[in-house]
Amino acid sequence: MVTEAASCTFPRLELDSGLTLAPVEVAYETYGELNAARSNAILIVHAFSGDAHAAGEGGWWSSMIGAGKAFDTDKYFVICSNVLGGCRGTTGPGSINPETGCPWAMSFPQVTIGDMVRLQKMLIDHLGIGKLLTVSGGSMGGMQALEWAVSYPERVASAIPIATTARHSAQQIAFNEVGRQAIMADPDWNDGNYYGGKLPGRGLAVARMVGHITYMSDESMREKFGRKLRTPDQFEVESYLKYRGYKFVDRFDANSYIYITRAMDTFDLTQRGALPTLFEANEARFLLISFTSDWLYPPYQSLEIVKALRGRNCDVAYCNLDARYGHDSFLVEVEQQTEVVRGFLASTFRGAAANA
Amino acid sequence: MPNVNGRRDFAIIGDLIEPKTRVLDLGCGEGELLAWLKEHKQVDGRGVEMEGARVQKAIARGASVYQGDLESAVEDYPDQAFDYVVLSQTLQETRYPLAVLRGMLRVGKRAIVAFPNFGHYSVRLAWLLSGRAPRTDRFPYDWYDSPNIHFLSVLDFEALAQKQGWKIERRICVAGDRQVTFLPNLMAEIAVFEVSAGPR
Repeated sequence: MVTEAASCTFPRLELDSGLTLAPVEVAYETYGELNAARSNAILIVHAFSGDAHAAGEGGWWSSMIGAGKAFDTDKYFVICSNVLGGCRGTTGPGSINPETGCPWAMSFPQVTIGDMVRLQKMLIDHLGIGKLLTVSGGSMGGMQALEWAVSYPERVASAIPIATTARHSAQQIAFNEVGRQAIMADPDWNDGNYYGGKLPGRGLAVARMVGHITYMSDESMREKFGRKLRTPDQFEVESYLKYRGYKFVDRFDANSYIYITRAMDTFDLTQRGALPTLFEANEARFLLISFTSDWLYPPYQSLEIVKALRGRNCDVAYCNLDARYGHDSFLVEVEQQTEVVRGFLASTFRGAAANA
Repeated sequence: MPNVNGRRDFAIIGDLIEPKTRVLDLGCGEGELLAWLKEHKQVDGRGVEMEGARVQKAIARGASVYQGDLESAVEDYPDQAFDYVVLSQTLQETRYPLAVLRGMLRVGKRAIVAFPNFGHYSVRLAWLLSGRAPRTDRFPYDWYDSPNIHFLSVLDFEALAQKQGWKIERRICVAGDRQVTFLPNLMAEIAVFEVSAGPR
C-alpha cells in the first residue's frame, strides 16, 4: 500500500463564528494512488478521538482501509486528515497563537463541524480533486460526511455516514458534558493553561472512561468483563477503563476534548431547514449504516436522515446491521459493514465512470 | 422473455418495464430484479426489504435498498416519484393489501403486481378433495406457518381494480413456462398485472 503522511498550511480559514483563523495547518495521510481521471478519491473522516492515521500499522480504521479491504487501496485513493481543533497535527487549542507566541488554550475560537469540513475541502482542492467518490466516517465522522453532502453536494459522488446523527440528543450532549466537567474539575486544568506544565490527566482520563462505557453495549461488557476480578479488590472492568483512560492522556489534549465535543454538540443540520429540504435535488448516492446494539447513536437517528432522503427521492441505501459491540461496532465488527461498503463503492464507481 | 435468476415473475416484470425509467421494488429481496433492470434497462432503481441479510446482499450488489417494512415505507416517498412500483409475490403477505396498492399508485405512475393465483385448478382440487387448507407447488406451506395471509385470484384482483377505478394496462398470466390466455383464473399459476390509477 502506497502511504504518505504530510501536512499542508493554508493562510486563512473563515469560521462559522465569523472569526478568521490564520494560518491553519492540516495533517493528513493518503493511501493508494490517484488515478489519471482523478475519480477514485475517497475522504475518510474520523470520529471524536481519531486522527489522520487511519490505515496501516496502528491505524484507527485499518480493518476497513487497505489492499482488498472495504476501502480498497488497490482501487481507490484514500485520504484522511486530522480535524480542525484536534491535537494530532492539525491546528487546535494546543497550537501556538502567532499573535502571542503562546498556545491558544481556551482563547482558541470555537469551531464547528462545518469549519472542519471547510478545511477538508481546502485540502481536497489543494490535492487537485474535483469530485470525491465518497466521503465516509462513523460517529462524528458521519456528521462530517453529512455536512459534506449538504454543503458541497456537487463535490461528492456519494456519502457513507455510519452510526451517526443529524443532531445530538440530550443524552449525547449530557455524556459529553460529563466529560468536559471532569476535565474542568481537575485542578491541573487551570482554565486550560497547562501547556508546558502538569497535564490535567485525571480529569481527561475520567472523561475517556465515561466515553468508553458509552461506546460499548451491555452485552459486550458482560462478555468481555462480566464480574471478573483483576485483583482481589478490583473488577476487570475497572482496571480496563483506568488503563484506557490513562493511555488516552498520552495522545490527546484536554482542551481539544472540550472544543471537539462542543463542535459535536452544536452540530444540528436542522438549524438550516427541515431535513428533507436540505437534500432537495441532491444527486449524491447515500449509504447509511446503523447498528442494532448502538445505544449512543441509536438506529432511529440514522432512520430520521434516511426518511428525509427518501422523502426527496434521493438515492439512498440503508441497513441496520446486527452487531453486538454497541457504538464501537463500526470500528470492530466490520465483516458485514465491509460487504455493503465494498458493493456500494463498486457500483458508485461504475456509475460515476459511466456518467463521466 | 428473459429469465432472471430462474424467477418467472421477474422475467415478466423485466419485460414490462421500459428502459431508463425510475423503479421502486417493494420487498426486493437480495436485489436480483433491481440489478438486472439496472444492467439491462438502465433503470434508476430503489428497493425496500425487511430482512437484514437480504438487504446487505442487495446493497453489496449495488442496489439502493432501504431496510424497513414495505407497508410503512411506501408512505415516505413523494407523489409520482417513480414510473413503476413493483410488488412481486408479496401482496398476499401484506397486512393491508389495499393500502399498499393505493400507496403504490400514489408514488408511482404504474403499479406492477405479481401474485400466485389462488383460483388455479390445483388449489381448487386440493381444497375440494382434501377438505383441508390447500398445499400446492405455489402454496407449499401449512396453514399455521404460511407467510400468506390473504388469498386472491385473478378475478379477485380484477374485481378490486374495477371497484377502485384503476385501469388494468396489461395482464400476463403464466403456468410453468407458458403464457395462459384461456381461462386464466383457472389455469394461471402466477398473474402479473400492470395497473395505473386510471382517470381521476
